[in-house]
Amino acid sequence: MSTDSGRPEGPNEGIPRANTWLLRTEHRDQQRSPVSFKSRSTREIRNLQMRKNISHATSTIREKRKKVVSEVENWEELRTRAAQIKQHTLSNLDFYLEEYERNVTEAGGQVHWARDATEARQIALELVRESGAQSVIKVKSMVTEEIGLNDFLVENGIEPTETDLAELICQLAGDESSHILVPAIHRNRVEIRDIFEATFAKKGTLEAEPSKIAEAARQHLREKFLESKVAITGGNFLVAETGSVAIVESEGNGRMCLTLPNNVISIVGIEKLIPTMEDLEVFLTLLPRSSTGERMNPYTTIWTGRPPAQLELGKETPFNEKSYHIILLDNGRTRVLSDEIGKQALSCIRCSACLNVCPVYERVGGHSYESVYPGPIGAILTPQLVGDPLAGELAFASTLCGACYEVCPVKINIPEILIHLRSIHSDHKRDTVLGNIERGSFGVVGIVMGNTNLFNIATASVSRILKYGGPVLNRVGKYLPPINGWIESRTLPDAPKETLRDAYRKGTLDALLKK
Amino acid sequence: MKVAIFPSCIVDTVFPEAGAAAIRLLERLGLDIDFPLEQTCCGQMHLNTGYETRAKKLAARHLTNFTPYDWVVGISTSCTTAVREFYPQLLGPTRAAVGGTGKFIELSEFLLDVLGVTELQGTFAKKVTFHTSCHSLRGIHLGDRPQRLLGMLSGIQLVPLPKSDSCCGFGGTFSIKNSAISTVMMEEKLANVYWTGAEVLTAADSSCLMNLSGGIQAAKKPLTVMHYAEILEIATRQTQGKLSNFSGAK
Repeated sequence: MSTDSGRPEGPNEGIPRANTWLLRTEHRDQQRSPVSFKSRSTREIRNLQMRKNISHATSTIREKRKKVVSEVENWEELRTRAAQIKQHTLSNLDFYLEEYERNVTEAGGQVHWARDATEARQIALELVRESGAQSVIKVKSMVTEEIGLNDFLVENGIEPTETDLAELICQLAGDESSHILVPAIHRNRVEIRDIFEATFAKKGTLEAEPSKIAEAARQHLREKFLESKVAITGGNFLVAETGSVAIVESEGNGRMCLTLPNNVISIVGIEKLIPTMEDLEVFLTLLPRSSTGERMNPYTTIWTGRPPAQLELGKETPFNEKSYHIILLDNGRTRVLSDEIGKQALSCIRCSACLNVCPVYERVGGHSYESVYPGPIGAILTPQLVGDPLAGELAFASTLCGACYEVCPVKINIPEILIHLRSIHSDHKRDTVLGNIERGSFGVVGIVMGNTNLFNIATASVSRILKYGGPVLNRVGKYLPPINGWIESRTLPDAPKETLRDAYRKGTLDALLKK
Repeated sequence: MKVAIFPSCIVDTVFPEAGAAAIRLLERLGLDIDFPLEQTCCGQMHLNTGYETRAKKLAARHLTNFTPYDWVVGISTSCTTAVREFYPQLLGPTRAAVGGTGKFIELSEFLLDVLGVTELQGTFAKKVTFHTSCHSLRGIHLGDRPQRLLGMLSGIQLVPLPKSDSCCGFGGTFSIKNSAISTVMMEEKLANVYWTGAEVLTAADSSCLMNLSGGIQAAKKPLTVMHYAEILEIATRQTQGKLSNFSGAK
């Protein structure tokens, strides 16, 4: 555990961080500027339409989740088991990764190792080029967003098409996704109809009805599925004992991507590994109920290595050679793994239940986090992947209300990690003037609170300040940092007659009681 | 049975009436209550803001101050949560257990689970709504204990607060660091409070109450904000004879 006076980065110093493509902050002098949650969220929170869309969507999913979770009698046992499986695998990651590689290779697939996003993008590009394709279809994947794959492919003359409806909406609109599971959660049906009409659908032909919108997307995508030579996928789980990748989805686009094109490339983070097919059962019970609030998701595709080439009827020569490649990505994960408290974040199965219950996310939306990973999981993952100087502020994007921990299907103690990351951040803040002021103030307050005599004086002074200065502060306080944040919408507490300790000491407790 | 009260810095400094009410209430139930004057802060604020080393010192000191007592009754759920749920992580499980984190208990737990209170003789003829603080819900798992106690009073009309379990937006330094979000959360919470038509808003956490009463005062709404211990104290103030039935200290 790092301390506020000890090592700045803990035991993981020297282990490479993730590339910063997962951040959505500005570039300044070829450097990413740090995440600025406060100013971005203060802007986003004024977007009432966005808030309405998100609040409607998350409260619907919340209720569905609650219902289907309550049906599972041994839900708590399953959560505990899932956490155990993940932590066991992460503790023995080298062993299971080698087992996985062996089994993929045996099944005719090829495993590639990528230390970071740069390597993963390059490997993917070369594989696409080898196949001779000019375009690729994609299954929704957080990892390809994390490595900024789409932009990179476009820069290199390859056209990617997202086949998940919500991802397609974001791609067509040029939006950044704002939710892990429902990336277009910030858009309502009318906005989506307009996006489609502005891109592939004829103007005035589409009704703003979910079924009509989905049908239009289906028609648009069908051609892409049939003509594509290459599909790029992520993966929800990697099963070490069989060398399989499991893809869980709702629209059938994942099934199409895996089965139609001859060449499949999966890009998956190394933390997605689980030991056995039996373990997969635990997660397939937890994931759909936690994410979409469904008992079972419509499509689960388990893919193992290279499928046999197809033979034309009556002929010996295959007409359809297939290939399967998987790129295993580190991109800062080993670094997270070396932090005893923070490593829990690697258990995440990207269900997004934590986003749906988070009172902060509900008000500010996903874009405020300025990262591919928004919400509570983003607040603990992003600073760990890219480092505190760039994203440490995110650890403060929470009231520590604990709703996220309560619903997490793999029992990640998000508040605990937030507090841990805050303490890493307070070390780094020494570099800034404001950071030093805060640090100094907390130091002084800490000394006062650690000494009864000083505490007696301080508490009595507070009540005196409130008595004589309260009315004035309530008026001018909105110009006085840091209390302006409070005074904008709240008054200071009324001055008490005296502090509880003084009343107790003098025997005047009864005078404090309300009439 | 030696019982101490742990009111929290906020109660001590700005809501002393809640602490006084809790002490008087417990005394009426026949207990001697100490307010150990060496107590200062449990360290929660430092811990939550990222000053772990200071928090550790305050935590160790806090436990030492309550060494002589069998029970330490808290009236602020987030502070009792800090001791009972966060100290084991902060100080290490063994040090926390030996230091006595297990004897830190919230007032409603103490009344219902330790004393075994089953009825209270008292009247509070007002319309009251209860805000469930995050730490009472998910920290120390109070459940509906405070509401059960309030429900024992005659004349009280407890009206359910819609989305009672959603956070009020305080979050300690969050209310200042991310004041825009904090404000929206508070205002949405208060909109529901006003909607209930309650005359009194109550809770088991003085930090939520400081936040919400600040918002109510700024909005100039005629709503009384008080800790539920105050309601119990006011209701039982005039009671003659036996105040309560309880099985006694366990």
